[in-house]
Parts: sequence; structure tokens; C-alpha cells
Amino acid sequence: MLSDNLREHAAAAAVENFDSDAVTGGKFDRGELTLEVAPAKIVSVCAFLKERQQFIRLSSVTAVDRYPAEPRFEVVYHLHSIERNERLRLKCRVRGEDLVIESVTPVWRSANWYECEVFDLFGIRFLRHPGLRRILMPDDWEGHPLRKDYPVTGSRA
Amino acid sequence: MSEPGVPGGIVAEVEGREAETGPRRMVLNMGPQHPSTHGVLRLLIELDGEIITHCQPDIGFLHTGIEKEFEVKTYQQAVTLTDRVDYLAPLSNNLGWCLAVEKLLGLEIPPQAQWMRVMLTELTRLNSHLVWLGTHAIDIGAMSVFLYCFREREEILRIFEMFSGQRMMTSYFRIGGLALEPPRGWYQRVKKFIDIFPSRVDEYENLLTSNPIWIGRTRGVGFISLEDMLDLGVTGPMLRAAGLKIDARKNQPYTSYDKFDFEVPTRTENDVYARYQVRIEEMRQSAKIIRQAMDGMPSGPWKADDPHVVLPDREKMKTEMEALIYHFKIVTEGFRVPEGEVYQVIESPRGELGYYVVGDGTATPYRVHMRTPSFGNLQAVPKMVEGILIADVIASIGSMDFVLGDTDR
Repeated sequence: MLSDNLREHAAAAAVENFDSDAVTGGKFDRGELTLEVAPAKIVSVCAFLKERQQFIRLSSVTAVDRYPAEPRFEVVYHLHSIERNERLRLKCRVRGEDLVIESVTPVWRSANWYECEVFDLFGIRFLRHPGLRRILMPDDWEGHPLRKDYPVTGSRA
Repeated sequence: MSEPGVPGGIVAEVEGREAETGPRRMVLNMGPQHPSTHGVLRLLIELDGEIITHCQPDIGFLHTGIEKEFEVKTYQQAVTLTDRVDYLAPLSNNLGWCLAVEKLLGLEIPPQAQWMRVMLTELTRLNSHLVWLGTHAIDIGAMSVFLYCFREREEILRIFEMFSGQRMMTSYFRIGGLALEPPRGWYQRVKKFIDIFPSRVDEYENLLTSNPIWIGRTRGVGFISLEDMLDLGVTGPMLRAAGLKIDARKNQPYTSYDKFDFEVPTRTENDVYARYQVRIEEMRQSAKIIRQAMDGMPSGPWKADDPHVVLPDREKMKTEMEALIYHFKIVTEGFRVPEGEVYQVIESPRGELGYYVVGDGTATPYRVHMRTPSFGNLQAVPKMVEGILIADVIASIGSMDFVLGDTDR
């Protein structure tokens, strides 16, 4: 459910009208709009935003580890509409024991490498991704370095 | 834990392809030490004769874990990390980071510091475009352009050295303003440079713009449709060479860019030659901005007025107890940044540079993600080179102007 002051923002209201179950929260802070989306709905919401709301660009996909809180991970999408000169942040909370979320590569091909990066550094898996693999770390690397329980220094011996 | 993806990663994938493709196809490994890959990009290319049928970029050779490093540095210390991401445009990265943190803090930056920032980031754009032009021309075979470009670049680096003591990793911007006033004689030096620079751009153009070999190697080469580029995350001069007038300095102005008068150059041919023309014109526009910044530089303080964040003046520190305490606290502990998240976009010489910063109320960032233009642009390489001649690969990827430090972070 959206609060009334968020409904003033066209993009937020549009997503709410499209699928009222999809939006689980949101905020407008420091001039930036954030919508929290239920992980199961991410692909349909993204497709709607791209095709009907002119958010034709996906700037990046990244994640935040809230360890030890649950749901542990936030997957963060930054969308950009050139026509409306607007940016929008979508956020999905994913639980630590079930690290899977649907890939948005069918909507924007640019998600491909960004999702590989999130998989590589956080260990979140993306379903129906065309070639999920480690992209920055070596292929045989163990662990996911950007997790909060991964040490900053130390040797692997 | 079972991992998805191709077992054995990219190498196994290519070896698998080699086995499948049969006698007519050949898999060629280009890089990571190939000089024209400007760092350590590796391209795995499958050829049918001289035509590329498949291309798979392999990145990560320069991955240094900078995003992890951010999480154990104070906000001010982290400025030095941003230099090292895109080492050809250090001040653009400083600016993106400072703006993001200042947005989190809600800091107002005094006009003089803003104009100075504009001036320095535009000098950085010149620096970056000059390196691009010189190396791109060398890749294609025009050796002498490199020497001309590096002559001007050397002067820019000396200008950087004069105010910051460093040629490349300047780390000159501070959260809340600038480190120091520029030294005496600095403006005269910039003025002298900017007076001759437009004639130097004419010189490069004399060497290349109507050079039949240059035209032959670049015109009609490296085409990729605008729709594909937008879908694949390409930004910056690549989009502008395809006719899309997009520039964060105009669309979502930051640091007073809205007070400057400049054009966003575009072309419609969407090939290597058009990208060259766009960047040449951008250099002229940057020179124009630098001149405006110098002529209209407002007076006032160099730093924001917030004693909790900005270091006090040296003079005050030695005479006022209060200032000394603040100095000690900021240097030893850093300053606290309120909880929240921002995504700050600036137009780096390569395209959209975004800093996503999550603050948690402590003196170190909780999470920093850099949306770097090179990473986004490189994703379009396969689409761009598949179906063209292998000889055109160098010209095509050169026109993207990527930096591998920026890609791998």
C-alpha cells in the first residue's frame, strides 16, 4: 500500500494502479523516489514501467546486504526515463535462506552483466538469466566478497 | 552450495564452442594484453574467415574490490579511492562522490567552489578526451596525433600538479568544497592554456578530419542502432553520435552547470567517425565552459559552512580552541552522515557515472555502488562487432572509450 504523499508521484501511482499487490512500500527522500516491490512481481512491474511509463533505460542493478537482519538482501534497480527526465529506484527484499529472484533480462538486456555482478559479489541467483556466471572474480573463487560477513582483509590459505 | 552458470566459466564455454564450430570457424583470443584494448580487456572472438560470428568479452582482470574498500573508509578518506576507479578522469569521479555525500548530508556548496569544480571537471574532460583521441588514432595507424594530444595533456597535468601536488590522482575535492585555494599564478596558466587550446584542436582536425585513410577506417564502421544501445546500457558520446541529445549536465544539472552556456554536440551517422566528431566538438565546448568559469568566477568561501564536516582553516586552528577540537574530531573519527540513500549521476567523459551511496548514520558508508559508464558501454561490444570484419574491431571498440579500471572497479 502506498501512502498519500507518494501517490502524488505519477510513476508511483501508475505502478499502484497497475498492480496494487506489487508495491509493498516506498519513500520520497532527498528528491529521489524509491518503490519497494514484491520480489515475485519484479518482472511484471519492470515490463510495465518500460513499456507503459517510458522508463526505457535500466541504469544499474545492485544489492545491499543488511546482515544480520532478515530479509537480508535488498536488490536495487535504478531506472531512467529520458522522455520524462526522471529516475526511479525499485527495491526488492530477498531472504537470506532463499536467495533467488527473477531476472529482468527479458525486459532490458543491460541487466545481463549487472545481474552477473550481483551474483558474483553477493551470491544472489537470478532465475531465467541467459548466462549467470562470475564476471569480476575468478571462476573458481569461493564466497561472495561484498557480503557483510566476508572479511575485508586476510589470506585465503 | 551448487552454483549456476556455465561450469568452468568463460574458458570452458569458449572451448566448448571451438569443439562445436567445426573446421571453417576459428576461435581467436584477443587480449588481455593486446595494446589496443587499453588495459586488460579480453575478447574471445569466433571467426568465419575474416567475419566475426560471435564475440564474448571477458572482464574482471583489474577488479580490486574498491566497493568493499569504501565500507571501511571514512567518507573523506574514500575520495582517494574514487580517483583510482577511472584513472583518466579522476576529478569527475571525485565530483560524483562528493555530490552524493553532500546530498546525503544536505550540504550547500558556496558558488565559488562550485564554479571551480566545474572548471576542473571540464579540464579533466579535456584530459580524458585527449588520451582517447591520441590512443584511438594510434590504434588506427595515425601515429603522430598521439604526440600532439599528449603535448596538451602534459600541460593539463601540470596544471593539476600546480594546485594539488599530483598529476593524476589529484583527490582535490573535499566533502563540502575544495582542499585549498589554487596557488598564485594558477589562473594565468589556465588562461594561457585555454587561449591556445582551440587552435590545437584545429591542428588535430587538420591531421584527421579530412584525412582519406582516417575516413576510410572510421566512416560506416562500428554501427549499432540507438535502440540497441539504450537497451544495452550504453551512455555518453556514443548516444550523442547516434543523434540523441542526452547529457546529465543539461538534463539533470548539478554543480551550477545550468548557469553555463554550452551546446551538447550530436551527430546522426552513428559510426566511429561520428563519435570522433562528437568528442572533438565536446573538447571545444569544454574549453568554452572553462573560459566562462574563469571570467565569471564569483568570490566567496571555498568551503561550506559546516564545522562538523569541513576542516577549519589552518589559521583558526592555531588560534581558536573550538576549531582545534573540530579539527581533531574530524581527522580522527570522520563525520557522521545521516541514514538514507542517494543515487547521484554526473556526466563523466565516458557517459553516465552514478554513485549509489547508502548511509547508516556512522562515519563510514554502509554500501557504495558505482554505476560506471565503461561497464555499461562494454556490454554492447558483442552487438557492435558481430558480423563485421576483424580488422574493424579495434576501431569499433576504440570509439567506445572505455577504461578497464572503470569497468572492473
